[in-house]
Amino acid sequence: MAVFILRRLAQSVLVMLTVSLIAFAMFRYIGDPVNQMVGVDTTPEQRAALREALGLNDSVYVQFVRFVWNALHFDFGISYQFKQPVGELILSRLPATLELSIASAIFALVIGIPMGVYTGINRDAWLSKLFLTVSLVGISLPTFLIGILLIFIFAVNLRLLPSFGRGDVIDLGFWRTGLLTASGLKALILPAITLGLFQMTLIMRLVRSEMLEVLRTDYIKFARARGLSERAINFGHALKNTLIPVITVTGLQLGAIIAFAIITETVFQWPGMGLLFLQAVQNVDIPIMAAYLMLIAFLFVVINLTVDILYTVVDPRVRIGGSAT
Amino acid sequence: MPQVTGEEGRAVAAAGGRPQTLDDRRFVSRALDSDIYHSFKSSKVVMLAALVSLLFIVAAAFAPWIAPHDPFDLATLSLLDSLNPPAWVEGSNPSYLLGTDDQGRDLLSGILYGARISLAVGFASVILAAGIGITLGLIAGYVGGTFDSVIMRIADVQLTFPAILIALLIDGVVHGLYPNVTRNDSAFWVLVLSIGLSFWVQYARTVRGSTLVERNKEYVQAARVIGVHPIVIMTRHILPNVMGPVLVIATINLALAIITEATLSFLGVGIPSTQPSLGTLIRIGQDFLFSGEWWITIFPGVALAALVLAVNLVGDWLRDALNPKLR
Repeated sequence: MAVFILRRLAQSVLVMLTVSLIAFAMFRYIGDPVNQMVGVDTTPEQRAALREALGLNDSVYVQFVRFVWNALHFDFGISYQFKQPVGELILSRLPATLELSIASAIFALVIGIPMGVYTGINRDAWLSKLFLTVSLVGISLPTFLIGILLIFIFAVNLRLLPSFGRGDVIDLGFWRTGLLTASGLKALILPAITLGLFQMTLIMRLVRSEMLEVLRTDYIKFARARGLSERAINFGHALKNTLIPVITVTGLQLGAIIAFAIITETVFQWPGMGLLFLQAVQNVDIPIMAAYLMLIAFLFVVINLTVDILYTVVDPRVRIGGSAT
Repeated sequence: MPQVTGEEGRAVAAAGGRPQTLDDRRFVSRALDSDIYHSFKSSKVVMLAALVSLLFIVAAAFAPWIAPHDPFDLATLSLLDSLNPPAWVEGSNPSYLLGTDDQGRDLLSGILYGARISLAVGFASVILAAGIGITLGLIAGYVGGTFDSVIMRIADVQLTFPAILIALLIDGVVHGLYPNVTRNDSAFWVLVLSIGLSFWVQYARTVRGSTLVERNKEYVQAARVIGVHPIVIMTRHILPNVMGPVLVIATINLALAIITEATLSFLGVGIPSTQPSLGTLIRIGQDFLFSGEWWITIFPGVALAALVLAVNLVGDWLRDALNPKLR
């Protein structure tokens, strides 16, 4: 098991190095960092001095090592458009994105699992067919279209919920949260549903197919023979055994949620990291793009690694298979 | 599935609509008798989806001829016609069936032209992605060695990220390298490049897997023994035998590519608003949602959803129909 985890760890480091190489190449070779940082009236001497100060005259290898070293200390340089350190900018936007992503993941789980259980137990009920049809449409609709439709229904026509922003936020010092105010919670509803809908349909379909499979097994038949109540069989025995893949998929999807937050944040003008990244792409603000790329890569790698390790803890077959290969 | 060999295909093409030739008749009867045609006929939903997809493609291809107005002809545009509601709403101008946008452009024509751009980007980027993926997959599978492991490691890393993120990143990089490409024609090719480069991995993995199986079969060994050049073996012998799964991926990817194009255009990094695609139309319309002009964003949205759903259904059906395990 230790070998398995070590191997995965080594792979993760390799992925991070590859990604930082791409980020470094972007930073170094797209446009001239010096030209981006100084004004038009800067003299050539000042430019040369800045070039020397930034270390752009060193060999590429030295520069790359320095880039990685700085990134490890969360130092990604200065944003071209905001003239502020990128690390601070991202940290100030991180809470909004994380609150949104976790709220959508919870929404997807809390709605998706019961729907999956229901459609798994009552295969031919009309409600199951309705759920499945709706989920097919949900998968086909692009995220931004779902967001616009929700705004159109709940904000424009019914005037129930706000259509943009985070509402009032409370500053906890290290974390600006919108979860403690009524307007913040109301503002969270539509973006969280938009972002979580795809994952909800995914989890529903996964739980459904797992339930169908588990309900056919011998131990379920045996539980029936013992005269256990349907409730105890469905929830105590069947659902429990479907949850391992659900945990894995949810974990892996958490990364996708954070990435797809770019779209949701644009639709709802949610002041998170995704909106920052999109502005960076539109204005060719390379330091922010590079930093965002590395941060997302890091999140993906950590999530993948955690899921792998959890898997070895939960499922012994993976443990054996992993160390044998 | 009907295996159309090169000769038969040529015979059909040469016959040119005259069903008298023997080859031609045989081909048609074989196609009508195939499993795939029967499974197509047995599902009404799939037939409807195929019809809708075909309708979209035809409407997009002939947009300049069937559109009631030319939305790009500045001479015919008038701000007096702007923000007309759809024809069945009070206070509308009946010559604009679905209403007009803020610049007085006819929305129905805009959707037709927009679908044209969306489908063009979709097809072009799928072809690019398939081209890159098939080439790399073939070489990686046939040659193996360092090339194989490098390509597959890159594929692994890329597969960790959602395609939309890669496409956004490539888009940003291209704009950084060439600051002046944002306008008009080049925006189309930047989009194709971004989407194509973010979707190649699936093709490469599939083709590599099938190539690994095919390269050890007798016919490939025989070709190698008699001294056929490796490139000829790869393109003429192996490639036709690994194309089946590629077609399925391509159909499913077409829907994904259309979604990605619409999303990038909606985010404001895709097709500019002078020649709007469906995504651009939705973005323009979003600003007018609150002032009551809902049609500018809802109609292109419905068109996009219908197109994607139809293509998805056809793709799903094709995947199941071509999968021998599900027969």
